[in-house]
Amino acid sequence: MDTLGALLQGLSVAIAPMNLLFALIGVLLGTAVGVLPGIGPALTVALLLPVTYKLDPAGSLIMFAGIYYGGMYGGSTTAILINTPGESASMATALEGNKMAKAGRGGPALATSAIGSFVAGTIATLGLTFLAPSLVEIAVQFGPEDYFALMCVAFVTVSATFGDSPVRGLTSLFIGLALGLVGIDKLTGQSRLAFGTPELLDGVEITTLAVGLFAIGEALFVASRRHLEEEKLEPIRGSLWMTLDDWRRSWKPWLRGTALGFPIGALPAGGAEIPTFLSYAVERRLTKHPEEFGKGAIEGVAGPEAANNASAAGTLVPLLTLGLPTSATAAMMLAGFQQYGLNPGPLLFADHPQLVWGLIASLYLANAMLLVLNLPLVGLWVRLLAIPQPWLYAGILVFATMGTIAAKPSVVELGMLTVFGLMGYLMRRFDYPVAPVVVGLILGPVAEAQLRRALSISLGDPMVLLESPISATLLAVAAIALIAPFVMKNLGRFKANED
Amino acid sequence: MPRHRHACAVTRRSALPLLAGTLSALALLAGPLGLAPARAQMSDLKIMAPASPGGGWDQTARSMQQALVTAGLVRSVQVTNVTGAGGTIGLAQFINGAKGDPSQLMVMGYVMVGAILTNKAPVSLDQVTPIARLTEETEAIVVPAASPIKTIQELAAAIKANPGKVTWSGGSAGGVDHIAAALFAQMAGADPSKINYIPFSGGGEALAAVLGGKVTAGISGYGEFESQVKAGKLRVLAVTAAERLDGVDAPTLTEAGIALKITNWRGVMAPAGLTPEQRKTLVDLVEKMARSPAWQDILKQKGWDDALLTGDAFADLLKQETARTAEVLKSVGLVKP
Repeated sequence: MDTLGALLQGLSVAIAPMNLLFALIGVLLGTAVGVLPGIGPALTVALLLPVTYKLDPAGSLIMFAGIYYGGMYGGSTTAILINTPGESASMATALEGNKMAKAGRGGPALATSAIGSFVAGTIATLGLTFLAPSLVEIAVQFGPEDYFALMCVAFVTVSATFGDSPVRGLTSLFIGLALGLVGIDKLTGQSRLAFGTPELLDGVEITTLAVGLFAIGEALFVASRRHLEEEKLEPIRGSLWMTLDDWRRSWKPWLRGTALGFPIGALPAGGAEIPTFLSYAVERRLTKHPEEFGKGAIEGVAGPEAANNASAAGTLVPLLTLGLPTSATAAMMLAGFQQYGLNPGPLLFADHPQLVWGLIASLYLANAMLLVLNLPLVGLWVRLLAIPQPWLYAGILVFATMGTIAAKPSVVELGMLTVFGLMGYLMRRFDYPVAPVVVGLILGPVAEAQLRRALSISLGDPMVLLESPISATLLAVAAIALIAPFVMKNLGRFKANED
Repeated sequence: MPRHRHACAVTRRSALPLLAGTLSALALLAGPLGLAPARAQMSDLKIMAPASPGGGWDQTARSMQQALVTAGLVRSVQVTNVTGAGGTIGLAQFINGAKGDPSQLMVMGYVMVGAILTNKAPVSLDQVTPIARLTEETEAIVVPAASPIKTIQELAAAIKANPGKVTWSGGSAGGVDHIAAALFAQMAGADPSKINYIPFSGGGEALAAVLGGKVTAGISGYGEFESQVKAGKLRVLAVTAAERLDGVDAPTLTEAGIALKITNWRGVMAPAGLTPEQRKTLVDLVEKMARSPAWQDILKQKGWDDALLTGDAFADLLKQETARTAEVLKSVGLVKP
């Protein structure tokens, strides 16, 4: 009950009127910047740091947490409505969400993502409250070999994003893996496939690729089709809100997404992308409406959105308990702590309980605020789709370009955006799925670096992959996921023969 | 939950004005800082941080901004970020775009010296004007609390016996952590090209690897380890600076009989093509800033060591560091001779 008492005390800190105001400012700013591709929560926190220097620590940290959560919400709005993921973690949402929006179901898609984020955020914050100290002990035990095994699970399951043809899906995935090789090799420091261009040394930026493939590719595709058939977008078809059926189909994905997002987010090298892909894959496999996937299935929005938000709470676990920043925004929040001479870490809970529990309590409030902020706006957001298509897509082009320029002011970056846009157009034209390219770019470099780290720690002995219990379990899961569909198919045939 | 309802009402009616209000309030907050007394004030200054927001160089640039304005030395300071390739993209842009402009500065540090060499950058630090070194941070060599290695001499002996068997975790390949580990191995009598250094991106993952006992030792800026050291989960074997750290019971390498001094320092550069007067003005400006109470406060908060070294002395240091680094990077195979 000690934790609960501390939390209640934290709540009393968070609901001080000034702190409520800071939380509100945070979620508003966060939502605003989450909507813009490129300008993420990390940049916003960085810009606010010098300004908040004179404020009281609790207030400004609460504001930062609001920005973080708000950014997560905002990114999914553009992903659903205009197929432009504001950040890489919203990419899985764009897959089904945008299809829903085009079918006039943008309202329910936004609603399930807002409510799912709220549910996931709340459960994950509860998890942070009660499990943080024990979870972190496990998270630290996760070594490079275990990360590699986790990546194997992710690779096996991403086939769910392949669409209908595995060959086309694999082609896309390998394009992504190839792009992932560009840049300085993390382990030896040698540059690969950079062709003497310094901008390429840091590799291909994930948001540039995602925005190019998704947003620009889509705009070009729509433009090329205009003379053939006038595709009419209906902003609202059926109910603006979630129907009873939508609720029934959403609640389980919310919970499953949370169960994936929170623990993976808590891993020092977990991140938000992997749980969203895993969640998408899980929902696609478990759904009772497989025919809807690829055409706008609500489960495919509910799950990844919940996973996305739960992982945001997860990253606070290592930050608060170990002082490990595991995402760009967490790194900024760490800088925020240090600005006040506080060092997050094992002693933070003991030395500054009021601040820590105030921050955790304000996360609950930030979540509630985001929900009341987002739901009433759903009706307004979907009106965006009523804008005449040429204007809408011209707007998307401007938006995407500006976001990229804001994040990395360089001609080379803009050139890459254009090339990826053309690539996205061609892939769409010839029916290749674009999502696996981004998946390959995200997972490939991580998997490579972790495997090589594991081998270099074990002095070259590959058995390390099987000796670690975590890694062995995960590899077994991957193997089962890979083989099971074939076995099931054969079993099915066997049964059919028997009849 | 009446409170939520209340928040809801506020949100719905006044979301936009509130946002606008916030921004102007933030602007107002920043305003009074600019009204400090005007003595020999410079009107505008641009500082480039050749890294993304939040990192060490960015924090240095923004802290300078804060100190310069608070001390009334400059009326308005603008910080820009140009990310990429260990700062060499920013450096290239600074060399080309700021030439001869006495109102621009660029933050850089020891990491850039290494990055220029490993990236085979087409630009170098000879193309800018050294102004000052501002801060430095010592590197610390740590082991998990449960490790059988108790002293730095034991670690040195283990490395000498078999350099490949001692695994190190630290920051990116060719960075200051890697260079320090290689130099340490060399001083311990081992072949630095044989060390088993495992680079991690970002301090967090590297710290997790030491805490989880995945590697023999960790090497990084002391700040990365501080809270874990205080919590008793990590043991500091030695620090690499010339002096001990306050409150840390660990010798310097020199005290332990290993003649190695290396720190992760950060400083500022001006563009090339300045007149000697312009250069002196900038050196004086940075020197005044570094002695201002505002800057001293920031140093305390961030735990940075004051390492002010200006003008020619800094230029000399830069030459030595470049020579030493080139040699180390060649010996570990990061730079092909």
